[in-house]
Amino acid sequence: MNLAFLGPQPADGRPKLPGSLQVNRRLDQWLRMLPEGAVVLTPGKVELGQGILTALAQIAAEELDVALPRIRVQAAATPTSPDEAVTSGSLSVQESGMAIRHACAEARGIFVGVIAQRSGVSREDIVVRDGDFVAPDGRVLGSYWSLAEAALLAVEATPDATPKRADQRRVTGTSAARLDLPEKVFGAPRFIQDLRLPGMLHARMVRPAARGAKLVSLRDGALPNGATIHRDGSFLAVLAPEEHEAEAAALRVAARAEWAVRDTLPDHTESWLAGAPGEASTVLDRVAETPEPAHRVSGRFFRPFVTHASIGTCCALAQWDGARMRIWSHSQGIYNLRADLVKAMHLPAEAFHIQHVEGAGCYGHNGADDVALEAALLARAHPGVPVRVLWSRAEELGWGPVSPAMLVDVAAEADAEGTLLRWTQHVTSNGHSGRPGRGALPTLLAASILAEPFAVPNAINPPLAGGGGAQRNAVPGYAIPALHVGMTHLAEMPVRTSALRGLGALANVWAIESVMDEMAAKAGADPLAYRLRQMEDARARDVLTRAAEMANWSGRVKREGFGLGLAVARYKGTGAWCAAVAEIEAAERVFCRRLWLAADVGEVINPDGTLNQIEGGAIQATSLCLLEQVRHDARNVLAGSWEDYPILRFSEVPQVEATLVARPEAPPLGAGECSMGPVIGAIANAIADALDIRLRHWPFTPENIAKAIEPTCPN
Amino acid sequence: MSTSFHLNGAAVAAPIAPEASLLAALRGPLGLSGTRFGCGAEQCGACLVLVDDHPQFACTLPVSAVAGRRVTTVEGLGTPDSPHPVQRALLELQAGQCGFCLSGIQIRAVALLRETPRPSEDQVRAALEPHLCRCGSHNRILRAILRAAEEMAPMEAAPRGATP
Repeated sequence: MNLAFLGPQPADGRPKLPGSLQVNRRLDQWLRMLPEGAVVLTPGKVELGQGILTALAQIAAEELDVALPRIRVQAAATPTSPDEAVTSGSLSVQESGMAIRHACAEARGIFVGVIAQRSGVSREDIVVRDGDFVAPDGRVLGSYWSLAEAALLAVEATPDATPKRADQRRVTGTSAARLDLPEKVFGAPRFIQDLRLPGMLHARMVRPAARGAKLVSLRDGALPNGATIHRDGSFLAVLAPEEHEAEAAALRVAARAEWAVRDTLPDHTESWLAGAPGEASTVLDRVAETPEPAHRVSGRFFRPFVTHASIGTCCALAQWDGARMRIWSHSQGIYNLRADLVKAMHLPAEAFHIQHVEGAGCYGHNGADDVALEAALLARAHPGVPVRVLWSRAEELGWGPVSPAMLVDVAAEADAEGTLLRWTQHVTSNGHSGRPGRGALPTLLAASILAEPFAVPNAINPPLAGGGGAQRNAVPGYAIPALHVGMTHLAEMPVRTSALRGLGALANVWAIESVMDEMAAKAGADPLAYRLRQMEDARARDVLTRAAEMANWSGRVKREGFGLGLAVARYKGTGAWCAAVAEIEAAERVFCRRLWLAADVGEVINPDGTLNQIEGGAIQATSLCLLEQVRHDARNVLAGSWEDYPILRFSEVPQVEATLVARPEAPPLGAGECSMGPVIGAIANAIADALDIRLRHWPFTPENIAKAIEPTCPN
Repeated sequence: MSTSFHLNGAAVAAPIAPEASLLAALRGPLGLSGTRFGCGAEQCGACLVLVDDHPQFACTLPVSAVAGRRVTTVEGLGTPDSPHPVQRALLELQAGQCGFCLSGIQIRAVALLRETPRPSEDQVRAALEPHLCRCGSHNRILRAILRAAEEMAPMEAAPRGATP
């Protein structure tokens, strides 16, 4: 989530502007010209490995009529960048891209207007050629660069700019190469983990021995050369000039710390979900009289806690000079981070200057914000000295926010032909957003263990209009006369939860698409035809038909030990459409061997980048549903290493064919998350096809498959 | 207190305790941050380097163990002006998303192609098994390595009966 989280903005009498331009209206917040012939683009959205900076540069180059290499995209920083809230929710092209499209179209118009006035050439006759303004007779009348110092963009945007029509675009819609990838391939220092500041101290956290544990005492003892300890309540860290010495010191200090521990985590996650107190609400209620059904399908779908599992670990640097706190962070939302730092550190917002620096792959709200507070707290204790904090693998897997465990209860009714009559769906979950910057209390990890601690705020589920959380995609995209969708938001949060790519959509789409397959089977219908005849959304039908064609669904031949399944969803009900067909092999465990994906993201800014995102989401979803669950005992998350939280490896990765349905005239929609729910649904349905069992427990491991084979009560 | 070895073709002395990891030496005093820290336990492959042409996890290898030996990191494979064929193929196929895993994967690919100039896709997958990628760029990476193999050892030039 992001700006959409804010919901409709209050009417302030100002005209509506596209995307984030609505709340960041000055053009010079978004771009400026350099005399040497370059455009500096300053979006508030950040690069997470998804290629957004390249897409935004393409949009700017298009509207300004300059060559793409002239665009220099500057990473976001407070306080100068536009506040685009969080880079999340597959909304960066809509929010940042459409703002930049409009701002650049307007900027172009302003420059052309000035040139026209100065030259006497009518503005309609001026052509912009790679930044030069050219008269009909070929004279170059000036350029963006010659007017770079004229402060022409120190104005607010107006609704009057007219970006190019789809048929006029030449730069967007092409697969420009990623701007950031060469440095990453050649190993140039670009990641935040690579940043070194003169005189910097390396810090490591010493984590509590259990969730909620309190530091009782710390035995004295020798430390490696130059290492020091910082303690504030149960917030415990070591600092040293050399990184390996900080690591060694952290191990020693951990062995000398005594913690008061208690049991805080549930025994059995599924039973806990079913019985924990929470607030029930109605997401959608459509009342209709329906006849006595011929078929019923019901089930309870359980998804465990899962986590981000980035290959790089969280990192931040901070430097305090007594008045200003400089922070280097891979946060997804530097202004949101700033808001929580203000609360946690009792410093004014103006004190914080936060520079975004790219981190390893980010798939949601991980520990990037948490580590920034840790660095800032340590920097405040060491004025003038830059402090760098890096998390260990165990911290990355065990202490960042996790994605909530969920129950999805579905009951569906259909007539003799299988036509849906009634559907109820109830989602039980912790909140899917514990992001900073949105509540009265800081959500940052360290805030709750300081000597003057803050209570841990319960993560929330934003309203469906803002994308939703647990209830994301809980409303089936099929024609159903009587529909009730509800949600229970749990009051207790034993493990800190927050947003992970797709939020509740993954479990909801899995549940819905499993029930659809079961109902099709009861009605004796083909799963493809069954879905198509109950989908009113033509774009959903199109992607499903396309994916089925790619997989030769109608010509499929049953193979022993293999299964084929399909699923479809429109992400969030408002985003991109995606359909998936999965082929699985049921061997000693289940492997997904092939995936066919068709997606409709509206206008495509960068087709190759979009396909990369769709395939990446699909492979990550395959890993999530086949392998992943956060394990814990009564006191701790048990994720000290990759052995405790395995993810898909190269030998297990399916072949993927992905295609985009061309809609150049349609508004662009984000691509990063749309494939995930459909892939999980398709894999579950393919397992049912191969083994004739209906999985109700994620991950789809031999153990959980065995559970499904045990006899259950007939519905 | 320093350890001398050859790093990407140049003699270096790493001023760091001998028990410190090669990874700490590279990323710290030697100032080459292309080799990544991912887990510190030989479980993700992000820190892979070549020691005397053999792939080694730099996260657990004491720097003293490379005294007098030849170490190659991602920075030693190629440059933007003169990329290694694996690097060229990765960029041509845009085979990456966050890119954090790519340093170690490139080192693995170079080692593989030295031993097996024309690997099958399954052989590439098997070679990359110690490497984790979370973004889902696996298939592009596989294709890039196969493309690099083709460029480095065209089919007609491949020796008959090359390692299966």
